[in-house]
Amino acid sequence: MLSVEGLHVETHGKEILHGVNLSVEAGETHALFGPNGSGKTTLLMAIMGFPRYKITAGRILFKGQDITQASLDERARLGIGMSFQRPPVVRGVKTRDMVRACMGGREDDEAVASLAARLNMGDLMDREINYGFSGGEIKRSELLQLLAQGPDLVLLDEPESGVDLVNIALIGQMINELLQKELKRNRTRSGLIITHTGHILDYVNATRGYVLLNGSVVCQRDAHECLDTIKKNGYEGCVKCLK
Amino acid sequence: MSKIVRSNKRRELAEKALDKKPSLGEDIDLSRYSSTAEEHAYQEKPSELPAQDKAQLMKVGLMLDDASQRSGTFVQIDRSVVHSSTSQEGVEVLAVTQALEKYDWLQDYWWHAVSVDQDKFTAQAEIDLQNGYFIRALPGAKVVYPVQACLYIAHKNLAQKVHNIIIAEEGSELHIITGCAAHPMSASGLHIGVSEFYIKRGAKVTFTMIHNWAPEIEVRPRSGAILEEGAVFLSNYVSMKPIRSLQMYPVARCIGEGAIVRFNSILVAPPGSHLDVGSRVLLNAKGSRAEIVSRTITTGGTIVARGHIAGSAPEVKGHLECRGLILSERGTIHAIPELKGEVAGIDLSHEAAVGKIAEEEVEYLMSRGLGRDEATAMIVRGFLRVDIEGLPPELAEELKSAVEVSEKELF
Repeated sequence: MLSVEGLHVETHGKEILHGVNLSVEAGETHALFGPNGSGKTTLLMAIMGFPRYKITAGRILFKGQDITQASLDERARLGIGMSFQRPPVVRGVKTRDMVRACMGGREDDEAVASLAARLNMGDLMDREINYGFSGGEIKRSELLQLLAQGPDLVLLDEPESGVDLVNIALIGQMINELLQKELKRNRTRSGLIITHTGHILDYVNATRGYVLLNGSVVCQRDAHECLDTIKKNGYEGCVKCLK
Repeated sequence: MSKIVRSNKRRELAEKALDKKPSLGEDIDLSRYSSTAEEHAYQEKPSELPAQDKAQLMKVGLMLDDASQRSGTFVQIDRSVVHSSTSQEGVEVLAVTQALEKYDWLQDYWWHAVSVDQDKFTAQAEIDLQNGYFIRALPGAKVVYPVQACLYIAHKNLAQKVHNIIIAEEGSELHIITGCAAHPMSASGLHIGVSEFYIKRGAKVTFTMIHNWAPEIEVRPRSGAILEEGAVFLSNYVSMKPIRSLQMYPVARCIGEGAIVRFNSILVAPPGSHLDVGSRVLLNAKGSRAEIVSRTITTGGTIVARGHIAGSAPEVKGHLECRGLILSERGTIHAIPELKGEVAGIDLSHEAAVGKIAEEEVEYLMSRGLGRDEATAMIVRGFLRVDIEGLPPELAEELKSAVEVSEKELF
């Protein structure tokens, strides 16, 4: 599904990622760990294709196709979708308009309404997107948009941050839906999730985990083992492990 | 008009002001324009107006073939009133010259909310009055459907001068949709439109004006509103088509406790257009409130977006919001919000912002699969969407569709 090869990325004239390699097979979900500033968000933004994140070397393959030069909207239409940590407010554009846009012409008002109801989004549908939204509301709105978009590769930037304990189960459930976890086999959708706390891994079954430190992947192993080690020894433990 | 006895004093004031330059906006040499035009025949049925004119009128929201969703209709072409009718009890729609003949008391309203000697334009409207509309809701009348009015320039190079009077008697409710337009072939023209609104105790007026002029038309509306206790005035103004120059600064005066005024403007200036548009509210009575919202876009023209709220009574509240988008390399938006407080215990605020579309917002939409142009169009549509509190849903829908028709031409 996704293969990142020797990726170097710079933003604002500074190199952030120094040759990252990872690959996610169809139907798999992987987790990205790492301290603040280690380059996790940069990696997702570069995969998504944001022009501010300039790929200076390496390549990205998606469904076997080299998309390194593809534009942001082309990548979205090819089947990559991302939920943002701090999406911008777009005044006058309502959540409903965004959801419709995500459906790209396959408009289905009933399906949208039932999705919105399940995500407790009913009253947010007619509000301006992200305007005055709480942390939890942003997460739910981002997930609703992704569910409408239905991408094959889902990039999630800290989907659980700012979400209370009651809603985290709901978020987890929606992510599982997004990633077709109800299917026992033949899952086609893949995910790459940034998580600080790992809480989301109680709900979402990620197989592999990566630890990103200073712009390089320093470790990859089973996601839960990865998290346990970090919990026990901190990221310093990962550094020691390297030595 | 010989029967109309007009006050000599007002005429004298007007004569003295014939050369008085306007305090804002470009001065206009009135000798460039003609004051005469051929007469247009009165039509009992608005559906029988000439096809091309009808098409232009429909664009500004007029329903001429089936007016069942309207409680009254007024159409003036050049100097001639070609149709005026009402279909609901409790509402009057007349040519203003007719109304002056019918009601002596109308003299008490004439030039009461706007000064006759404000400038050369008001003076012209007094000296060479051509016509205009008189719309009145009788006490307690709730006029369900809007009254539609249109002032239209067909004659090349005409200076059209009209004086409109709108009266909402106590406890009444009145909705007006007015569209102004020009024949596409009338290369140039000047429209001088005086409008005076009198909104009595507990009455409510919503006034939606859609301008659809032509690239060589100059427009100088002069409007004033007086609100009594508990009165509500919602005024919406849309001008999105090329226009040579437009300058207006309507003033609403709240003289009764708890009166409420909302002005909303949506302005687009294509290259070659110069718009100087503001709204002013004087909160002169306790507990009165005002909100002024403007959304301006330049695609190459110039916009001066003014706003002024002055509070001189206790417990008044006002908010002013000017937001401007610059969508081309050339083009100017000058936002001038002003607040003036003269007593303690008032609450006035404003926010103004002028800039280009934020790249971050465009990219956010692109990450959902929209192309750059689609994303930009969606942001602009959102920017132009003004949700107007208190506007009946049918009117909100009409305003929305008027904006949508024009915004399609933006891209």
